[in-house]
Amino acid sequence: MAVSRRNFIKVAVAGAGGVVAFGFDLAPAYAAVRELKIARTTETRSTCPYCAVSCGVIIHTLGDRAKNVTGATVVHVEGDPDHPINRGTLCPKGITLKHDILGKGRLTRPLYRAPGSDRWEEKSWDWMIDEIAKRMKKTRDESFVEKNAAGQTLNQCQGIAIVGGCTDNNEVNYLLTKWVRTLGVVHTDNQARL
Amino acid sequence: MTNNWVDIKNADVILVMGGNPAENHPCGFKWAIEAKKTRNAKLICVDPRFNRTAAVSDLYVPIRAGTDIAFLAGVINYMLSNNRIQREYVANYTNAPFIVKEGFKLPGDNDGLFSGFDPEKRAYDKSSWGYELGRDGYAKVDMTLEDPRSVYQLMKRHYSRYTPEMVANICGCSKEQFLKAAEIISSTHLPNKAGTMLYALGWTHHSSAVQNIRAAASLQLLLGNIGMPGGGVNALRGHSNIQGATDMNQTHTLPGYLKMPQPAHQTLKDYLEANTPKKLRPNSMNYWENTDKFMVSQLKAFFGGAATPENEFGYAWLPKMDRDYSWTYIYDDAYRGVVKGLMTFGMNPVGNGPHSKKMIKALAKLDWMVVVENFETETATFWRSPQEYEGPETVDIMTEVFMLPAANFAEKDGTFTNSARWLQWKWKALDPPGAAKADQEIIARVALRLKELYAKEGGKLPEPVVNMSWNYSDPANPNLEEVAREINGKALEDFKDEKTGTEYKKGQQLPGFAALRADGKTLCGNWIHSGYFTEAGNLAQRRNPADTSGLGYYPNWAWNWPANRRVLYNRASADPNGKPWDPKRAALLWNGERWVGDVPDIRPDSKPEEGLGPFIMNAEGVGKLYVVEMNDGPLPEHYEAWESPVENPLHPKVSSNPVTKIFKTDQDVYGKKEQFPIVCTTYRLTEHFHYWTKHQNILNHLQPEFFVEIPEGLAQEKSIKSGDRVRISSARGSIEGKAMVTKRMPTLKVNGQTVWQIGFPIHWGFAGKSAGPLANTLTPTALDPNSSTPEYKAFLVSLEKV
Repeated sequence: MAVSRRNFIKVAVAGAGGVVAFGFDLAPAYAAVRELKIARTTETRSTCPYCAVSCGVIIHTLGDRAKNVTGATVVHVEGDPDHPINRGTLCPKGITLKHDILGKGRLTRPLYRAPGSDRWEEKSWDWMIDEIAKRMKKTRDESFVEKNAAGQTLNQCQGIAIVGGCTDNNEVNYLLTKWVRTLGVVHTDNQARL
Repeated sequence: MTNNWVDIKNADVILVMGGNPAENHPCGFKWAIEAKKTRNAKLICVDPRFNRTAAVSDLYVPIRAGTDIAFLAGVINYMLSNNRIQREYVANYTNAPFIVKEGFKLPGDNDGLFSGFDPEKRAYDKSSWGYELGRDGYAKVDMTLEDPRSVYQLMKRHYSRYTPEMVANICGCSKEQFLKAAEIISSTHLPNKAGTMLYALGWTHHSSAVQNIRAAASLQLLLGNIGMPGGGVNALRGHSNIQGATDMNQTHTLPGYLKMPQPAHQTLKDYLEANTPKKLRPNSMNYWENTDKFMVSQLKAFFGGAATPENEFGYAWLPKMDRDYSWTYIYDDAYRGVVKGLMTFGMNPVGNGPHSKKMIKALAKLDWMVVVENFETETATFWRSPQEYEGPETVDIMTEVFMLPAANFAEKDGTFTNSARWLQWKWKALDPPGAAKADQEIIARVALRLKELYAKEGGKLPEPVVNMSWNYSDPANPNLEEVAREINGKALEDFKDEKTGTEYKKGQQLPGFAALRADGKTLCGNWIHSGYFTEAGNLAQRRNPADTSGLGYYPNWAWNWPANRRVLYNRASADPNGKPWDPKRAALLWNGERWVGDVPDIRPDSKPEEGLGPFIMNAEGVGKLYVVEMNDGPLPEHYEAWESPVENPLHPKVSSNPVTKIFKTDQDVYGKKEQFPIVCTTYRLTEHFHYWTKHQNILNHLQPEFFVEIPEGLAQEKSIKSGDRVRISSARGSIEGKAMVTKRMPTLKVNGQTVWQIGFPIHWGFAGKSAGPLANTLTPTALDPNSSTPEYKAFLVSLEKV
């Protein structure tokens, strides 16, 4: 759902100039300076990640279709005027989403803290995945409760807790819960009761 | 929400209580303002604080934090005493006529307790609470509502104690303010009037949380407001996909509110017997009769080809829940050494949970922790928490921490479910920064590695790990549209539906949950979502802005669970003969052959004269004013907060909810009024979100620091001026911040004594650019006995100038 529909604004701005003061027409120069920063952006329909009103937002990105450029950057986020609930409006958090997406503190690499250490160490994804899986297997095998005192089967992985979901989409939540329950994890929850 | 955001514009009366949508849901709250402007709706705000919603309301009533049930019960008493209920609705659409067993006792007749309380177990034996059943197995009813053991008469007796004087005495508002509110709220008892209720965490963060909602639901049923456009009980909800998370993965449920198995349910047969309710009235649709189809189809989605009729579709592999394992128990178990490893996806336990110091000590006992996040959080860095949190020294913390950088909302596609149950697809706008990855890839890679390890090395019960179905074209990074198809459900073989004659082909996406089967021929990850990704495609992507209903339902915008139904219980918006209670606000119409309008919440061709009950998920077929399933009583009763400055004026010997869930480690301490005499409550600001946005400069400029709101009288007593630094202490710890002396926190007279309330916003912590104290340093590990929600909104503190 990436469409551009802002060209009419650019035309409107360009048409407003046209003053001849230096013996030549400055209008094209003004127009170039005044071109809206969203004139050439790709618009993507998304949903605000904060409260559960779920306002429609339009994320404007640049750079994604240019040659020799990988990845896009966000130049603007605004309310979606077509959205039946928010009708283009956003609250202070929603209207500053660009600064959240591009936030300077965003985590960009896997980091590991060793026992007793006072610092992070950078590690590769492969190392992290391998080490996490090893620990999960060890903890699961050591803490697994097959039966209770009455001889009833429980099949519980008591030693691992997995929490999350309220900030992620339904499809990821589904993958997560399928995984959690097939591991036998009982200690699991999300923000819903908090 | 039973209704939806835009539907609020259809209301004649809007009661906002336990929420502050003008502050916290501003772009949805516009529909309350729309109702005020276009139909002269009355907006009432009942809250401990004169908040931003109060500022635009027609009537503001101050109350003491934690006394909402007393207020609502008072309104119910006012309605029952002044004949301001919708009698025809109540008789036909609620369990008011149902007869309760002989031995049942109300707390007013039993020293503040319902019958069946076991003080040793701190739990109720509910056997005396049930309905009296006839020989036919159905509940007995008295349609005249005169039987003294009818729910209606029990309610009258129960709520009669909540006189206007008693409400004023408990809540601290004036009798006149209460009566004015009761009159406006009950004005919607007329069939052609509708009122809505908007609430949020101000109702749920209590030790009597679920009973708050029960009281609201009862009030709305008595007024005939459930199912009506402009009516309903509407949870505003706090996170973008908290509704989706509730629908998909709670501690005690499987996707679609299927209950987790318990030890007594050793076989699928046991499970289905225990979880398939029997009809309590002959006219009940009792839709949970289909539990077997939902459960077997889900097991097929979980285990694929390994789920066979011979092994009961892999049911035995699922863990059995023998106690509460929810949020606060998880960290209690970590503190006690039961939980050894923790994975957290976009959650910040140190910030979110009650009692931050206990939380930090609990994490310090883990062997390992995996944090999947956008930003560094208090949880990820708990091992270097500031001294005041009293965690162990960094060198002594042996917990290994794996912090994985995750994509955020804009860097992923997929659906969020809003509070109105709309599944809206969002499209990916850009790639995540640096080496950050989407959560589905992180989950998939660890899950696949574990599958490999168990296939190769074996281990404890390897079958479910190895057999978990993971059939995505890129298993290490599943395409979310493929996952969406699995959640919706599909046919695994050719079959013909015996009832409808419809034929389905192998591989076909199912049109909805009515097509699901219990024989293993269908697969469906979450039955309530069945219908969002059909042969017609991904309906959550729909963006048709036409409102064909005229009521703000936008039926072709996104997809609304269940079955694209925009208002739940909408059959109750028409009278028993099928005529809308208010022809100007008709959600459904009977056209002689079918129900038309919104997607009907009833069998579409069920004739009105058939009298099918409009609450199809209840075994009763009607809405419940009296609920046997509750853990703390079938009717809402006012109990004081677990920490309270007064004895319960109704029954001082049983002051707080007697079945409140509390904890017993050396960390779990609770305060008394002698040492901590002030009521404290917590809330949020429009400029910040939870504990996330302190990373963000513009919002930090708008709301730069933590502050404490203090009523003028209390400030005078303590010689505190605005801007002074103050310390607030509870039994669990102390925090400091700037005082804001305000008229917004009223002085309350409660049970003959002056009660002070203070409050503060939550948003700070020690991670991020704007540091401040963690609000939950002060909050207690006291939980609602039904939902296990911590009591964040009413606890005791002391206050001093630093």
